[in-house]
Amino acid sequence: MTDTLTPVLTKNWDADRAWTLASYEQGGGYGALKKALKMAQDDVVTAVKDSGLRGRGGAGFPTGMKWGFIPQDNPNPKYLVVNADESEPGTCKDIPLMMASPHTLVEGVIISSYAIRANTAFIYVRGEVLHVIRRLQAAVEEAYKAGHLGKNIHGSGYDLDLIVHAGAGAYICGEETALLDSLEGRRGQPRLRPPFPAVAGLYASPTVINNVESIASVPSIIEHGADWFASMGTEKSKGYVIYSLSGHVKTPGQFEAPLGITLRELIDLGGGMREGHELKFWTPGGSSTPILTAEHLDIPLDYEAVGAAGSMLGTRALQIFDETTCVVRAVLRWTEFYKHESCGKCTPCREGTWWLVQTLNALEHGQGQESDLDLLLDQCENILGRSFCALGDGATSPITSSIEYFRDEYVAHLTHGGCPFDPAASTLFARTLGSTPGAGTDKGQVGVTA
Amino acid sequence: MTTAPEKTASAEKAVEKSDLVTLTIDGVSVSVPKDTLVIRAAEQVGVQIPRFCDHPLLAPVGACRQCLVDVPDAGNGRPMPKPQASCTMPVAEGMVVNTQVTSPVADKAQQGVMEFLLINHPLDCPVCDKGGECPLQNQAMSNGRGDSRFAASGGVKRTFPKPIHLSAQVLLDRERCVLCARCTRFSEQIAGDPFIALADRGALQQVAIYEKEAFESYFSGNTIQICPVGALTSAEYRFRSRPFDLVSSPAIAEHDACGAAIRVDHRRGKVMRRLAGNDPEVNEEWITDKDRFAFQYAKQADRLTYPLVRDEETGEQRPASWPEAFAVAARGLRFAGSSAVLTGGRLTAEDAYAYSKFARVALETNDIDFRARPHSAEEAGFLASEVVLKQPATYADLEAASTVLLVGLEPEDEAGTIFLRLRKASRQKSATQVVSLAPYTSWGLAKMNGRLIQTAPGDEAAALRKLDVALDSNSVILVGERLATSPGAFAAATEVAKATGAKLAWVPRRAGDRGAVETGCLPNLLPGGRPVDDAAARVDAATAWGVSHLPSRPGRDGDAIIAALASGEVGGLVVAGIDLRDLSDPHGALEALQAADFVVALEQRETDVTRAANVVFPVAPVTDKAGMFVNWEGRPRTFDAVLANPASLPDLRILSGIAEELGHPLGFRTVAEARAQMEEIGPWDGDRSTPAEGLGFETVASATSSTGGFKLATWKQLLDNGRMQEGDDNLRATARRTVARVSAATYDGLGAGAHEVTLTGDRGSVTLPVEVADLPDDVVWVPQNSFGHGVHADLSSPGGTVSVAKGAE
Repeated sequence: MTDTLTPVLTKNWDADRAWTLASYEQGGGYGALKKALKMAQDDVVTAVKDSGLRGRGGAGFPTGMKWGFIPQDNPNPKYLVVNADESEPGTCKDIPLMMASPHTLVEGVIISSYAIRANTAFIYVRGEVLHVIRRLQAAVEEAYKAGHLGKNIHGSGYDLDLIVHAGAGAYICGEETALLDSLEGRRGQPRLRPPFPAVAGLYASPTVINNVESIASVPSIIEHGADWFASMGTEKSKGYVIYSLSGHVKTPGQFEAPLGITLRELIDLGGGMREGHELKFWTPGGSSTPILTAEHLDIPLDYEAVGAAGSMLGTRALQIFDETTCVVRAVLRWTEFYKHESCGKCTPCREGTWWLVQTLNALEHGQGQESDLDLLLDQCENILGRSFCALGDGATSPITSSIEYFRDEYVAHLTHGGCPFDPAASTLFARTLGSTPGAGTDKGQVGVTA
Repeated sequence: MTTAPEKTASAEKAVEKSDLVTLTIDGVSVSVPKDTLVIRAAEQVGVQIPRFCDHPLLAPVGACRQCLVDVPDAGNGRPMPKPQASCTMPVAEGMVVNTQVTSPVADKAQQGVMEFLLINHPLDCPVCDKGGECPLQNQAMSNGRGDSRFAASGGVKRTFPKPIHLSAQVLLDRERCVLCARCTRFSEQIAGDPFIALADRGALQQVAIYEKEAFESYFSGNTIQICPVGALTSAEYRFRSRPFDLVSSPAIAEHDACGAAIRVDHRRGKVMRRLAGNDPEVNEEWITDKDRFAFQYAKQADRLTYPLVRDEETGEQRPASWPEAFAVAARGLRFAGSSAVLTGGRLTAEDAYAYSKFARVALETNDIDFRARPHSAEEAGFLASEVVLKQPATYADLEAASTVLLVGLEPEDEAGTIFLRLRKASRQKSATQVVSLAPYTSWGLAKMNGRLIQTAPGDEAAALRKLDVALDSNSVILVGERLATSPGAFAAATEVAKATGAKLAWVPRRAGDRGAVETGCLPNLLPGGRPVDDAAARVDAATAWGVSHLPSRPGRDGDAIIAALASGEVGGLVVAGIDLRDLSDPHGALEALQAADFVVALEQRETDVTRAANVVFPVAPVTDKAGMFVNWEGRPRTFDAVLANPASLPDLRILSGIAEELGHPLGFRTVAEARAQMEEIGPWDGDRSTPAEGLGFETVASATSSTGGFKLATWKQLLDNGRMQEGDDNLRATARRTVARVSAATYDGLGAGAHEVTLTGDRGSVTLPVEVADLPDDVVWVPQNSFGHGVHADLSSPGGTVSVAKGAE
């Protein structure tokens, strides 16, 4: 079973003090940088293009192509911005990576900046994860001292400054143009496109914005070659990625595997479902991706196959829910998140999430009627594709997909006059509460779908 | 005679065929200029797409999502996968757009957004000022549903405490706000006063302001007008009336020489509010707060409503009938010996023409001057040779100019519409460089991205002669009326314009000033630019007026008239529209008026002047009469009476009444008749006054002789103690703080921690809070009419020097 794992980014995570420069270099770290600095800049871009690396932040846009959009005849400085504002519910890959091995990212930043001819790079980190910010800052300081950053890096004549910037805790700042606004010191709200960041991004200059995992993958591509990278994964989804398994599995965590692995294999790697329970629904890439069910256990987790199943690969944040979970409750919690995080710029997302929460809340309490489900779907239809950025779209995904798969369970709330589930049963401490089903509630567990 | 509107081909730019893009909207093919937004292309085929955040003069933002349309072909043969915001999408050749008219998808998208907008919007339309003229209300009717699913499903609205003050004048009701960001974008993009911004997020997002910095913008009222809901209201108009009870009349703002178009909304003979008119060639859709809010002056308790005559026995003024007042005025002027005329800036061109003709025909004198402020013979020569009958530059020229040089002009304070246009010009792609010869970098200059050429008052001529600014025929030089106190400055500006080919335009402060030049309210000019010292011009005017001759001796200017009154050389005076505080010597002028044999005053409200007069005639404010202002461009701006008030007579009717009693009828009694006569007499087509003739330019080598004190730089701020701003305390509360500005070195010289300075000049002394600015070390700046009775009465004579000391006296 361990054969399915391909630890590259996570390879050194269990090394002693893996976050230090010494530990990283001991494992061959910064070798790719020295190799890259001897290459022509366009060759680095070509290598990334040939590898087939696609953006790991969710949308899956080819990274090399993005780099190619930077107009090199533009007189303004070029910038590389790393989007480390990981805030999607369920997504937990960039923060562990930066925590365990920040130098992997730093090396990736240097090589990528060199490729796009940027002399200033930024890592925009989610503000709440102070410990990670400190690790990154320490790593950047070490890299400066070791000559990996600064003026004339390793005698190549190439200069790079890397700035670690802490956000203030807004989900919207993970949207790349909102991130740029935030980085410039404004309120994070998405910008009108065009112009695209590649042409007029940070400080109206050509800017590449990449996810942490995308940039962290670059050193291995340079070190082992594009062909090595492309040999992994599926036809159109190349390479390895970090899958974050969370929820009702025995051993949640990060699993690095080639694209195309199935959830069934991942659950096995995670030691199986919680004892005595079975899979009910799951998200393939965080809460913004439509939920899937047990029938999708065997679809390959790559961009194409998940898309064909009606969802999106997203950030490969696999949130696993077993049959004790009330889907209405879970969806309401997600929707409350979107309401809280809507930036307020556009009407559908700002007002729509405000209303969705109220409608869902009523449903959870068994108030309303079955036609409210159609109202809910109509609200979603009026938000999806109507909002300014993808935040509004993401807010509708869990609702529409859950009604698609679990309409009966919504109706059961109405007929039951409230939630038919025992909320305690889905908690981690459920077992310690006692093995009697339905303990702690007078409603008991009716197991609508189980 | 007055200059005609010049509608040249340049005004209507012919669009090149190749720049046109053809697309199909709702099945109708339409060709529009490249880069046109779909929402405006749709207007060309008669389709109004609902919108909130979109405003043609603001940058697109795409925030409200109300204008979604279906695009089955983006011009590349491929459909757009989802509805697109038509306010952010430029047209493309071959594009196909289906709006709510033909596309169920677009219609549903718009209905959906409308429903969302209404879920958190309060149902207080019956008490909302916007009710009846509300884009949200109207578009909810046209593009929304009749019932509320939100309310039906038991939804709970977001609420906020009502309303909060953004400034004394502008109030914000956050519940009503649809967060279109028009107000914040206007403040940032157009006015350059980003005091308000959106804060917080989600449905709790709101327009906010930093508690320690009020919305101190001269243009804040525009945000109220462009607000598509009732979220922003003015303290002045709040709860005063309903739009459907109002009658709207177009008018022209009377507070400056910009000629801004306004709309006056009135009800039962009372002006309730004023809004910006839409005139793309002049003020676009913006006006200053003064133009918007300062109209209560006509309703003050001291408004004159009937003629007054000084009783010969008691020496007191008493009410009189119109015929009696006409007769007394005529008799008094006849027996006063020689008489003169002084007018001020409130006159319409027709009224000014009447004064000009009255002086020449009825009083047989050229002793007439409209310059109720410090002035010079050099200026009179400049006006006669370089200003009258000329239309050197337009607002469009400011926008197209490579460089605009400001000399003695602070547009934000003295000509708000010019300021907005220059700020726009400085922000466009081929930016206009604004260069200002001024004592310090004002806030306004910074907002125009302008460059300062630091110039002490009086040194303008010297600065112009060593100018290091590249000017060409595409450049514009704007000279302010304040240059009259700077010897040689007008001459130097004329030289620079001639040498470089730059356009030279004179920007006065008051609405009536340019019209007064055109109609000859000057000692050296007759109407239509006819030089007094040109016999042929005099004969031409005399013929047109049907009189045998006109006085040939050049007249006295304003200061000379006042001196002659004081000395008794001139016995009679007809005076109108003068605020003594504006004159070079307010106290001296008052004494001269009191010493005069006979004074006839034509005024809207009681003043020191009317109190000194023998006969006082009440005159109509601009709302009560038709007329014309000629703005700084030389563009005639005509307007009709807003209110019908038969007892309110324009100046010209009163002058014609006196003239008839004097036996020299003016030949007109109404505005229309006066205007017809003006058109008949027309502009002078003979030789123009040249500086060598006429009064000529003085060549004064240096500015004021240095007496060791600080030179005093001063001008009037937009909002100050002006008479025509009286009656609206909320407006006055938004005026800028009255401060004295000194250089950093001067400040340091005052001793540590000075908060106030005391300035002492030849007319008195004043203590003001002090601020540091990039002034020359020997110059201090104070606002001219923001404290006491103004600079000339309380501090210093024009061009004088002052001493500066720390703290209170």
